[in-house]
Amino acid sequence: MKYEDKLTNVTVMGAAGKMGSGILYLTATEMARQKFLPANKNRHFVLYALDTSHEALSGLLSYIRTQAWRFAEKNIVSLRKVYSDRTDLIDNEDIIRQYAHDVLSFIRPVTRIESAFESHVIFEAVSENPDLKIQLMSTINKNNKNLPWFFTNTSAIPISTLDEQANLDGRIMGVHFYNPPAVQKLIEVVKTENTRPELSYFVNDFIKNVGKTYVWAYDVAGFIGNGYFMRDILFAEQLVKNLQEQEEFSYAESLYMINKISQDFLIRPMGIFQLVDYVGIDVVQFIMSVMNPHITKENIHSQLIDSHLNNGIKGGQFATGKQRDGFFKYEEGNLKAVFDPGKKRYLDISEFSETCDEHLGNLPSKWLPWKKMIRHPEKNDLLRMYFNQLKELKNPGARIAWQYVQKFKEIGSNLVKEKVALRFDDVNAVLIHGFHHAYGPVNDYF
Amino acid sequence: MNQLTISFSKTPENNSDMQMRKKVFLVAGYNTISMGTGRKEFHPRKPRPGLEDYIKEAGENVLSQIGGADNVDECVIANFISSRYNKQANLAAFFPYIDPGLTYKPAVRVEGACATGGLGLVTGIKSILAETAQVVLVLGVEVQNSVKAVYGADILSAAGWYKERKKGHAHFFPGKFSDRAGAYFASYGKEKARQAMAMWYRNAIENARLCPTAQEFENKVEDLESLAFTPPNPNVFVDHLNVYDCSKVSDGASAIAVVSEEGLQRCGISKQDAVELIGVGQAEYDLTKAPENPVWLSTTEQVVKKALKMAGINIQQLATVECHDCFTIAAVMAVEAIGFATTGRGPDFILQGNTARDGKVPFNTTGGLIGWGHPTGATGVHQAVTIWEQLTQKAGAAQIKIPRDRPYGLSVNMGGDDKTLVSLVYKKC
Repeated sequence: MKYEDKLTNVTVMGAAGKMGSGILYLTATEMARQKFLPANKNRHFVLYALDTSHEALSGLLSYIRTQAWRFAEKNIVSLRKVYSDRTDLIDNEDIIRQYAHDVLSFIRPVTRIESAFESHVIFEAVSENPDLKIQLMSTINKNNKNLPWFFTNTSAIPISTLDEQANLDGRIMGVHFYNPPAVQKLIEVVKTENTRPELSYFVNDFIKNVGKTYVWAYDVAGFIGNGYFMRDILFAEQLVKNLQEQEEFSYAESLYMINKISQDFLIRPMGIFQLVDYVGIDVVQFIMSVMNPHITKENIHSQLIDSHLNNGIKGGQFATGKQRDGFFKYEEGNLKAVFDPGKKRYLDISEFSETCDEHLGNLPSKWLPWKKMIRHPEKNDLLRMYFNQLKELKNPGARIAWQYVQKFKEIGSNLVKEKVALRFDDVNAVLIHGFHHAYGPVNDYF
Repeated sequence: MNQLTISFSKTPENNSDMQMRKKVFLVAGYNTISMGTGRKEFHPRKPRPGLEDYIKEAGENVLSQIGGADNVDECVIANFISSRYNKQANLAAFFPYIDPGLTYKPAVRVEGACATGGLGLVTGIKSILAETAQVVLVLGVEVQNSVKAVYGADILSAAGWYKERKKGHAHFFPGKFSDRAGAYFASYGKEKARQAMAMWYRNAIENARLCPTAQEFENKVEDLESLAFTPPNPNVFVDHLNVYDCSKVSDGASAIAVVSEEGLQRCGISKQDAVELIGVGQAEYDLTKAPENPVWLSTTEQVVKKALKMAGINIQQLATVECHDCFTIAAVMAVEAIGFATTGRGPDFILQGNTARDGKVPFNTTGGLIGWGHPTGATGVHQAVTIWEQLTQKAGAAQIKIPRDRPYGLSVNMGGDDKTLVSLVYKKC
């Protein structure tokens, strides 16, 4: 069966979620692209958006419409050519409206799994629960005569586990999108020894056609992205404890400072605990719990994460995209307070930030904010000079930051040594394109 | 009653004999900020002044300079297409909103695409010559940031023939002038033309940095010419132009008073603070036809000739020019059509520094359309205000030297792809 034939009937499971809706959107745009080809003029494409309830699906079409509308605005030059034979579409606005309509026309929001029984391709993006994923894929596989291909968005569960337990006979691959899939360029692709080669061909074409790039990862729990991220969180937690125990700072002060070091001194888009809030504290705990049984040499478990969830502090985002409170309380996107699990309340950052900032000391003179650094035409030279200065600077902020980057390098190197990633370049690609860092962990800066 | 010597007879030869039957002056110019990307105050998602705010600001400032609304006989509002950008028509009825003193006074709205402002001035001039008025308030306005540029392109395409829209480029007018640029490169070589376009861009931004109302006033880019050499990206824009070759999307208003000698006296304004309008050229080319020669602005050539003939001067006597540089290639071709260079030699004229502010004939001394901004309906009026400022020594940091033996300025305001043209010649009083 050809690529475009496989694409004629697709189901996205968990379509109302943040990852699922993005995958649904990308699939719909790819269907539109295929439909525009003269050879596919009479081919019909159907895309089932499967989720648990109509409430969950209610905002989905509006999201897809907005995304398709934005895509059309950005790509109006090529879309005018696509619709050149439509004499009724004259203005850019006519064409943009039509494109959004065409993308939406493939989508069927459904709540019954039976819809997936006729699909050739299943994208799975339900919550990171191995039992749920296995149950859903197994049910579809048993009832679908098309021998469907499964592409799972899991960021943590070994693909071979899903393959074996759902009896998929090698018709599964990991296709881990980054959040939000509509925007993020990078995808981690994972195959097992049993994965059928034709799935790789499909994924290669699909990813290329939706304008993304990918790196291969070995089938090891957490893969590259979470393999790095979970360990980074655990190291940051250790640094918080060190500050509390060795320098007698309070918990809130320590967490504030490590977050600041990871953002400012390490020139990242956000601090490590702010990133956990963005992803969701509950999601991080789930990923750790999924990874931990598969990792024998380390304990991938965070007491800090547990203590927040025990207090009902979850982070993550509201449906509007607004940040929920987590490690931090947010006001208009700014950090306002730190949650102290011992005191069970948020403590205002303004009460201690000045003292903490003074303790950390100045940044090296070559420092640039993250956004300026990533856009700087001489970024590599600048980063080299910056880290040379950081190494020489002896204030507490620089000292801890230097410790942090050494650990960062160790985590990155180990991902290759432990056969999670094929190459150092792939680790760097995940950090730079998936996490939007200014640099990867394996480099000659530090 | 004096006999009208202004005439529109049937033959083109007679058209070019148009004469001023009495003196006409411009006084009390005012420009709002040209608002849009590049200005610190601009944020696409935050509330901004509306059409009526720009009208009021520009109108009030002119009225304050001419002794108030009682001194005004008639008003002209120049606006291209607010009915689509702002869902607002009937703009002449905004004059009483500027000042209740304008209530029940005659007013008219004119339109001629991007030459709308020029047509507004011509309309005011005709009222003075027809002696229906001694003082006419002419105000140009456009508020374009109400929609994204991709939809603005649809709206602005109305300056072309609507039947060409379907086959036209997504960015309709950049597409038109990209085609002209492509033809120009093919005819006369690309390298020198691109160098001249880059120098034009640099001059425009450097001039804008001297004018606080300019959209590019706060532009701090050091190497402007390198930026101007950014390769065009036909996948998202047009084949032969980059975004720096194009004027930006702008909100703004400009206003000025067109007055007779009696009007000057009524307003209590001395001639030192006025410029005299001594030449007017206005012409149209068939909207349904492609240019006869894609590397030549024939209508621009015609109106400049008419205006200069009427003024009785030649281009060597000009101290400054405001040309319609909606695109850098339009500037190169305007330099040629005005007569400073033969076809294909405009780049040499620019590259020799002749159009720079310290050159032989400084062009667009506050940035022109690329540097100051291009609120379409206001642009023709803005050009007149700029020349009025220069000839009356009111241009502040942007002031150029006006030689005593060359006390003249020229403006060229173009609507569409060289379709509707207005050229005016100004004389220091």
